[in-house]
Amino acid sequence: MITVNENLCKGCNICTEFCPRKVYEQSEKLNKKGVRLPVPKNEDKCKKCGICALMCPDQAIKVDEKNES
Amino acid sequence: MDKTRESRFMKYLRRERLPHIYCAGCGNGIVINTFLNAMERAEIDFENLALVSGIGCSSRIPGYMKCDSLHTTHGRAIPFATGLKLANPDLDVVVFTGDGDAAAIGGNHLIHGARRNIDLTVICINNSIYGMTGGQISPTSPEGSYGSTAPYGAIERPFSLSKLAKAAGATYVARWTTAHPLQLSKAMEKGLKNRGFSFIEAMSQCPTYFGRKNRMKSPIDMLHWMKDSSISKRKAEKLDESEIQGKIIVGEFQNRREPEFSDKLCKLIGEKCVTGRPSSVRSAYEED
Repeated sequence: MITVNENLCKGCNICTEFCPRKVYEQSEKLNKKGVRLPVPKNEDKCKKCGICALMCPDQAIKVDEKNES
Repeated sequence: MDKTRESRFMKYLRRERLPHIYCAGCGNGIVINTFLNAMERAEIDFENLALVSGIGCSSRIPGYMKCDSLHTTHGRAIPFATGLKLANPDLDVVVFTGDGDAAAIGGNHLIHGARRNIDLTVICINNSIYGMTGGQISPTSPEGSYGSTAPYGAIERPFSLSKLAKAAGATYVARWTTAHPLQLSKAMEKGLKNRGFSFIEAMSQCPTYFGRKNRMKSPIDMLHWMKDSSISKRKAEKLDESEIQGKIIVGEFQNRREPEFSDKLCKLIGEKCVTGRPSSVRSAYEED
């Protein structure tokens, strides 16, 4: 499961661009901080490589390990 | 927010200080992640780690980490770290520094730290511009790049910090960009394991100043530019100089073993001092 922390995300969208399997999409609506959050729409495609969590400059993304559910 | 749903690096960070002050898409955040990943892989004890930094955006990183950290004067991070290492040679000392800190005001400290081969890991976050003060040209800005002090493009030749550190005698030198997070993490891991002066140059993006003034407004444009213009060291050696103009050469520049400074100093004290080798500073806390 992928969680994006709404309080930490600044909306740079590095994750939407650099995910090798294009799991994330930019949301249409702004949140209360005025940020268009990334939404893991295609989560079934995710292979849990963890590139998004490593490249997130704001430590906002949590991807479960392979052995967790 | 539920603590189990937070990033795996959150346990090392000072939660009350987050979100940090970096602009959206700043490379410093990626360097925090890659460093923590490297620290886990190198099996460094987080309690035994001390982070030292000077002044600049990149030098704010130790302030966000939940370990011993020292925020020092501009350019003087390596002398402070040298003192820390010699007072307690058991510590793992890591220096976070920027290009203005390491190459401009602290250039001499960098080369003399490398010359002594003292066991420090210096992570230099090179964003090719002075980001904190308003986008002035730095000693590592590429020739022809724009900044607020170079409206017609920089006419000076830039420093190649990795080559400088190698020539000064550092025993592990590598350069990677934030667009290569796994390779950068691997280089940091090797640097942490190396007993001697390790210099890791992390080329990073500054979308707010470098990007905006050089027609790359978003962090994504900057990361694509770094990925496309980087060329591995092995490949660059086969090409001639005109072909590698404007490219970022990435890879491992130096990896060898040499006698380390604090070992040599402790050995000397042990031989020459009547009371023998001094014990580590931690003995001061034994009574508590």
